[in-house]
Amino acid sequence: MTDVALDLIPVWSVILGIGVFFYVLLDGFDLGVGMLYGFAPEASKDLLMNSVAPIWDGNETWLILGGVGLLAVFPLAYAIIIPAVYFPILAMLLGLIFRGVSFEFRFRQPHVRRFWNGGFAVGSAVAAFAQGAVLGAMIQGFKVSGRNFAGTSFDWLTPFSVFTGIALMLGYGLLGACWLILKTEGDVQAWARRMGRIAFIAVLIAIGVVSVWTPLMDAGIAARWFSWPNIVGLAPVPLITLAIAYGTWRALNGDSQAGPFAGAMGLFLMSYIGIAISLYPMLVRPVYTLWDAASAPSTQVFLLIGTLFLLPVIIMYSAWSYWVFRGKVRGDMGYH
Amino acid sequence: MAGTRPAMTVRQRSRLPKPFLQLSPSVHVRPPDPSLAQPRSARGQPVHLDPLFLSRLQWSWVIAWHIMLPAFTVGLASYIAVLEGLHFFTREEIWFRISGFWTRIFAVSFGMGVVSGIVMPFQFGTNWSRFSDATANVLSPMLGYEDLTAFFLEASFLGVLLFGRKLVPRWAHFFAALMVAGGTLMSSFWILSTNSWMQTPAGYKVVDGRFFPVDWLAIIFNPSFPYRLAHTVTAFYITTGFVVLGVGFYLLRRDKSPEEARRMVRMALDLLIVLVPLQMLLGDAHGLNTREYQPTKLAAIEGVYDTEKPDALSLFGIPDDAAARLDDAVRIPHLGSLILTHTWNGEVRGLKEWPRTDWPPVWPVFFGFRVMVGIGLLMLATAITGWVLRLRHRLFEAGWYGRLCQFTLPLGFVAVIAGWVTTEVGRQPWTVFGLMRTANSVSPSLTGGDVLASLLLYMAVYLIMFPTGILFMAGIVRGGVPGEPEPQQPIEGLQPKTPVTGPAE
Ligand code: HDD
Ligand code: HEM
Ligand code: HEM
Repeated sequence: MTDVALDLIPVWSVILGIGVFFYVLLDGFDLGVGMLYGFAPEASKDLLMNSVAPIWDGNETWLILGGVGLLAVFPLAYAIIIPAVYFPILAMLLGLIFRGVSFEFRFRQPHVRRFWNGGFAVGSAVAAFAQGAVLGAMIQGFKVSGRNFAGTSFDWLTPFSVFTGIALMLGYGLLGACWLILKTEGDVQAWARRMGRIAFIAVLIAIGVVSVWTPLMDAGIAARWFSWPNIVGLAPVPLITLAIAYGTWRALNGDSQAGPFAGAMGLFLMSYIGIAISLYPMLVRPVYTLWDAASAPSTQVFLLIGTLFLLPVIIMYSAWSYWVFRGKVRGDMGYH
Repeated sequence: MAGTRPAMTVRQRSRLPKPFLQLSPSVHVRPPDPSLAQPRSARGQPVHLDPLFLSRLQWSWVIAWHIMLPAFTVGLASYIAVLEGLHFFTREEIWFRISGFWTRIFAVSFGMGVVSGIVMPFQFGTNWSRFSDATANVLSPMLGYEDLTAFFLEASFLGVLLFGRKLVPRWAHFFAALMVAGGTLMSSFWILSTNSWMQTPAGYKVVDGRFFPVDWLAIIFNPSFPYRLAHTVTAFYITTGFVVLGVGFYLLRRDKSPEEARRMVRMALDLLIVLVPLQMLLGDAHGLNTREYQPTKLAAIEGVYDTEKPDALSLFGIPDDAAARLDDAVRIPHLGSLILTHTWNGEVRGLKEWPRTDWPPVWPVFFGFRVMVGIGLLMLATAITGWVLRLRHRLFEAGWYGRLCQFTLPLGFVAVIAGWVTTEVGRQPWTVFGLMRTANSVSPSLTGGDVLASLLLYMAVYLIMFPTGILFMAGIVRGGVPGEPEPQQPIEGLQPKTPVTGPAE
C-alpha cells in the first residue's frame, strides 16, 4: 500500500477543512434564517423564506461532502465518531427533514401553514444545536477500544457540549441576520439589524466562554496556546478576532449592506481556525491522529483526482446559481 | 466455521473473479462468530430489543421510503428535460405548460428525496460503523463521487429550474433541466455501483479484516452492476411513465386541460411499449447473472431447496424454511431450467447445498420476486392494450381503459420495492456477499433502546412527511395544468414566486 510516496493527508485535511467550513457558512446562514423566522413578524415571513429557497439544497450538499469525505479520507474517525454522537446526528437529520420540506409544504397548505412554519423554525434550531453538540463532543474526546467507540450513546451529553450547541445556534443566528441585512431592505432590514446586534453580543460572549473553558478542560490544549513561544505565535488569532468583532459591530450599527455578513464570516473563520489549532493533529481525541484514522493511499489518490477537477467546477456553477438570484429579495414578487 | 464451508468455493464458482475464488471469506474477514449469525434471542436478549434486528428494521424503513423518490424523480427529471427541449425547439407554448405542471410536482418530490437521502450516508456511520470501517477504502470514493458528480449538480441547477424561469434566458433554463436530469442519472450510476459491489464484490483484497482496493475499474464495474443499473433505471422510467399515464387519464376524466392530458398519455404510451418488454429482457439477464454469482439468492427466488435437474418452475408455493421445502407448489416442469439456464434440462442448485447459516430468509425473497414479476406482466398487458386501442383510434373513447390506468398508476412503486426486497433480503445473511456478515456490520456501541428510540422517531417523522407530500402532489394534480403562462415580463432585482406557485389557494 505504500506505493504512493506522497503524503496526502495534509492535502485532504485542507480540502475537507474547507468543505466543512463552506458548509458551516452556507447552511449556517440558512439555518440561521430558519431560526429567526420563528421570531419574524408575520408579514415578513415569506420574504425570509424566499431569501434562501433557491439555494438551501445546494448548501446542504456540502454537509454530505463533509460526511462522505470523512468516511472516505478518515474512515476510522467516521466509524468511531458517528455512532458516538448517535442522538445528535439523529436530531440533526430529523431537524433538516422538517425544515427542508417546509419550503414546499408551507406554501401550499394554508390550513397547516402554522405547523410547517413551526417546523421550519424548530427544525433549523434543532439541527444547529445538534451540530454544535457534535463539535463539543469532538473537543471532549471519545472512549475508544480498538477500532470501535466503546462508550454509551449518551457520553456526548455534558454541560460543555450543550454549551457549544447553544453557541453554534447563536452563531448561525448571527449569520442568518447578516444574510437578511444583505438581502432585504426597509423594515425587514431594520429588524434584521436589531436581531443581528443581539446575536452578535451573545456570540461574542460564547466565543469568550469557549476560549476559556476549553483550555481549562484540557491541559494539552492549554499548553498548546499558553506555552512559550506558542503564546506569541498564536496571539494574532485572538487579536484579529477582536478586530473583526469591532468591525462587525460598526457595520451592524451603520448602514453597510454587505459589511455585517463579511464580518460574521470573519468571526466564524477565526473561531474555526482556533478550534483547528486546539485539536491538531488529533481527530479522534484522545487516541487517533489524522494519520492514524486515514484510509488507504490508493483510496485517497483515486478520490483526489476527481475532486481536484470537480470541486472548482462545482464552485463555479454554485457561484453562478447564487449570481442568478443576486440582489434584494422583493416583497411584491413573493407569495401573496 | 471456516472448515464447514468448502462448498462455497470450488465447484459452484467456476467463473468468479479471482480474488473471490481464493478467499475463503471466513478466514480473511473477521471469522464470522457463529453466535453472531444466530438470532440474538438465543443469547438472552429478546429479539425486539436486539440492536442488530432494530438497525436492520431502521435501515429498511429509511431506504424503502427513500428509494421511492428516486424511482419517481429520476424519471420525472428526464421527462421534464424532454418537455423543456420540445418547448425550446418547437416554441409551442403547450410544452411549456406541461413542463410547468410537472415541475411543480417535481419540486415536492425532489425536496422529499433530498431530505430522506441526506439521512442515508449517516446511517452507515450511526448504525453500521463496523461495516463502514471495513469497506470504506473501497466504497467511500463511490459515495464521494456521487456527491461530487451528482448531488451538487442537481442541487445547484434545481434552484434555476424551479425559480429561474424569468431570470435566465430560455436556453439556460433548458440547460438547467438537462443538468438536473443528468445529475439524477449520475447518482443512480454511483449508488448502484456501490450496492452492486456489496452483492458481487470484485477488485479488492482483504487485509486485517478490512477491504482494500486493488483495481478500481473492477470495483466500479463489478459483475452485477451493468445489469442492476440497466434494470433499475429502466424501472424508474417505467414507474414515472405509469404515473404520467395515470395522471393524464385522470385529467381527461375530470375534463381538465384535455389537450395537455392527451399529450401526456401519448408520450407515456410511447415510452412504455418500448421499456416494459425491455425491462423483462433485462430482468431475465439480471437473473442469469444472479444465478452465477449469488446462487443462494437465486435458490430463494425460485424456492428451490433440493438441487433439481431439470428444474420445474414454481409459479407459486409457500416456502417453509424449517422443513426446507416448498409447500403447495404449483409447478411447471422444465420451465425453470428453460428460464434460468436457457436449456431444457439445466440444473438449478438448491439451498441445501449450503450450510443453513448462509441461507437468506426465503419467504420475502420468494414473494417479493413474484410480486415484481406479476406487476411486470400486468404492466405489459396495460401497455399493449393501450396501443391496440390507440391503433384503432379508440384510446380516448374507451372509458374503462382510462380507469384501468388510474389503477396502474402506483404499480411501479410497488414493483420497485418488491424488487429491492428480493435483491437485498436475498443477499442476507451478508452485507458484502460471501465475505462480511450483516451481524458483524452493526455498530457495537448501540443498545436496543437507542435504536428503538431512533427507529420510532424516524417512523413518526416519515409518517408525517410522506403522506403530507403525497396529498400535496395529489392537490397539484387536481388543480390541473395551469392556463396560459404569464407574459414574460422583464424583472428588475429579484425573486420570482414562491417555490413554484401551487394551484390557487
Ligand atoms: C438508483 C437510485 C438511487 C438509490 C438506489 C439511492 N439513491 Fe439517493 N438519491 C437518488 C438516487 C438514488 C437521486 C434520484 O439522485 C436523489 C433523489 C433526490 C436527489 O437529490 O437525488 C437521491 C438523493 C440522495 C441524497 C440527497 C442528495 C441531495 O441533497 O441533493 C443522498 C445523500 C442520497 N440520495 C444518498 C443515498 C444513499 C446513501 C443510498 C443507499 C444506500 C441511496 N441514496 C439510494
Ligand atoms: C444502493 C445502495 C445500498 C446499500 C449500500 C445498501 C446497504 C445495505 C446494508 C448494509 C444492509 C444490511 C443491513 C440490513 O440487513 O438491514 C442492507 C439491507 C437491506 N437493504 Fe440495502 N442497501 C442499498 C440499497 C438498498 C435499496 C435501494 C433498497 C430498497 C428498498 C434496500 C433495501 C434493503 C432491505 C429491505 C434490507 C434488509 C434486508 C434484511 O434485513 O433481511 N437497500 N442494505
Ligand atoms: C417480468 C419481468 C421482470 C423480471 C424477470 C425481473 C427480474 C429481476 C430479478 C431477477 C431481480 C433480482 C436481481 C438481483 O439479484 O439483485 C430484480 C430486481 C429488481 N427489479 Fe425486476 N424484474 C422484472 C420486472 C420489474 C419491473 C416491472 C420493475 C419496476 C418497474 C422491476 C424493478 C426491480 C428493481 C428496482 C429491482 C432491484 C434492483 C436490482 O437488483 O436491479 N422489475 N428483477
